[in-house]
Amino acid sequence: MRRGRPGEPSELDLMAIACLLPSFLYVLVMFVYPFFYGVFQSLHPLKVDGFSLANYIAFFSDEYQYKTVAITFRLAVPNTIIVVAFGLLFAYSMRRGILLERTITTILVLPISLGVILLSQGILGFYGGKGWLNQMLLGLGIIEEQLVLTHNFTGVMLSLFMQQFPFCFLMLLGYISGIDPSIENSARTLGATPWTVFRRIMLPLIAPGLAIAFALVFVMSFATFPSAILLGQPTGATRTIAIAAYAQAFEMFDMPYASAIAVIMGLFQLAGLLVIILLRKRMVTAATMGVGKR
Amino acid sequence: MLVLGFILNLLGIVSHVMVSAFAKRWFGTPLPRSFTTDWFSYAWKEFGLAQVLSVTIFVALTVVVLALLIGFPAAYILARRNFRGKPVLLLLYFLPLIIPQMTYGIPLATTLLRYGIGGSVTGVILAVMVPMVPLAIFILMPFFEQISLNLEWGAAMMGANRFQIFRRILLPLTLPGLLTAGVLILVNTVSNFELTFLVSGAGSQTLVVALFYNVFAGGVRPVYSVDAMAVMYMTMVLILLVIALRFVRPTQMVFRLDQPKR
Repeated sequence: MRRGRPGEPSELDLMAIACLLPSFLYVLVMFVYPFFYGVFQSLHPLKVDGFSLANYIAFFSDEYQYKTVAITFRLAVPNTIIVVAFGLLFAYSMRRGILLERTITTILVLPISLGVILLSQGILGFYGGKGWLNQMLLGLGIIEEQLVLTHNFTGVMLSLFMQQFPFCFLMLLGYISGIDPSIENSARTLGATPWTVFRRIMLPLIAPGLAIAFALVFVMSFATFPSAILLGQPTGATRTIAIAAYAQAFEMFDMPYASAIAVIMGLFQLAGLLVIILLRKRMVTAATMGVGKR
Repeated sequence: MLVLGFILNLLGIVSHVMVSAFAKRWFGTPLPRSFTTDWFSYAWKEFGLAQVLSVTIFVALTVVVLALLIGFPAAYILARRNFRGKPVLLLLYFLPLIIPQMTYGIPLATTLLRYGIGGSVTGVILAVMVPMVPLAIFILMPFFEQISLNLEWGAAMMGANRFQIFRRILLPLTLPGLLTAGVLILVNTVSNFELTFLVSGAGSQTLVVALFYNVFAGGVRPVYSVDAMAVMYMTMVLILLVIALRFVRPTQMVFRLDQPKR
């Protein structure tokens, strides 16, 4: 059995290849191939013989379709900012550990595991017209009239927040608690105020993690589908691009057009990622990950 | 304290579903006037839940077994060896986890339909495995990294062949990792919506997808019966979650990108 030292690049022997092959082939056949097949198909519309950009042109010349891009951005951008801002606020204030930390993180995992459908059903009831929240606020005399929080933009944002906040928070908490506490302590000893510590020391250190959180939450929000259907107006104000793609595929049965919309959706997600990566490059990147609380 | 607000909200949302499932009629009052358990038997019969539930369990267990079988050897090599193209391979495995399922689900569903496996239980299993195989790999890798190479070398020196090393050293030592990965894949498969929704057909719906169709068909079904179904789904996930948390730290449920390389 010949093997390179760990850490040195080595050639793969037959056994290693045999071990990697099943998973590699799986991803190739079920992920890479459908992707290229989708791109190929989107360029061969149903009504046209051979190669044509007709599907893409159709998408960008039909207001009902291209409006979905704007709608999706209007949902995804504010949602990403809110989720990451809250995630950072909570994770930062909990960086030294808090009471009942394990219980709290466990409860936060709940919405991730329950899934979007159950959360949406609950939000419909809880925030709905005759829901507990409206009843309570009316009963306490805080509001005069019912708040309309579901079947509109707010409903979709609520649902997205409930799903993505725990995800973002736990990721940032993992990242922030990995930063060596002695850095912060030194700054405090030298007389920096908590705000200066955050602004000048911690924020640059958290920046890479923050960029990743931004990117992941944005990409997730941009593909919003079930929330936009259950808590929004799927044919009107919250018709996101994912709904447009789904409708083409399974209501119109125009797979090439649906693939084209899926490709457009993917490109916008990619563009969002690139912007975030470029922004991150402009920030200080010298992270000092040490032996923090872990 | 802000987290407390979030948790209160969450509990409100979840318990609203639970109360509603047991309500006879509920409109505009803080709590229903009278309670009943009839909606559960109604949902079970009307929504054909026996069939849906058996599909869900079958899909989930098959995905766990297959994803672990495919992921285990790959994770071993990725943890142990350095080779040209390894970063590219890792990126390739990472993509199905970060690209939203809605984006690659539509071309995937189209492809499966073209080969005649769209809409079947097999199709659902194959589709859900796309993110689950990488998940298995990324969960198992750190567990392999923790096993000292000396153990394997020692066993080889004493004349163990590869199968014996696998059977007597690697398998027992990675058992916690296999359990962790298995439970997380199980929870993720049961609650996976997008891929299952896009690929499943009439006879291959899982519980979440059936739940979606009934919520979506709002007004046709009594809301209490849909909530009863939601409670059944929730109970199933919660049981899995309780089992999961025996093996897993909560932060591990979110895949972590911050693991510093040792």
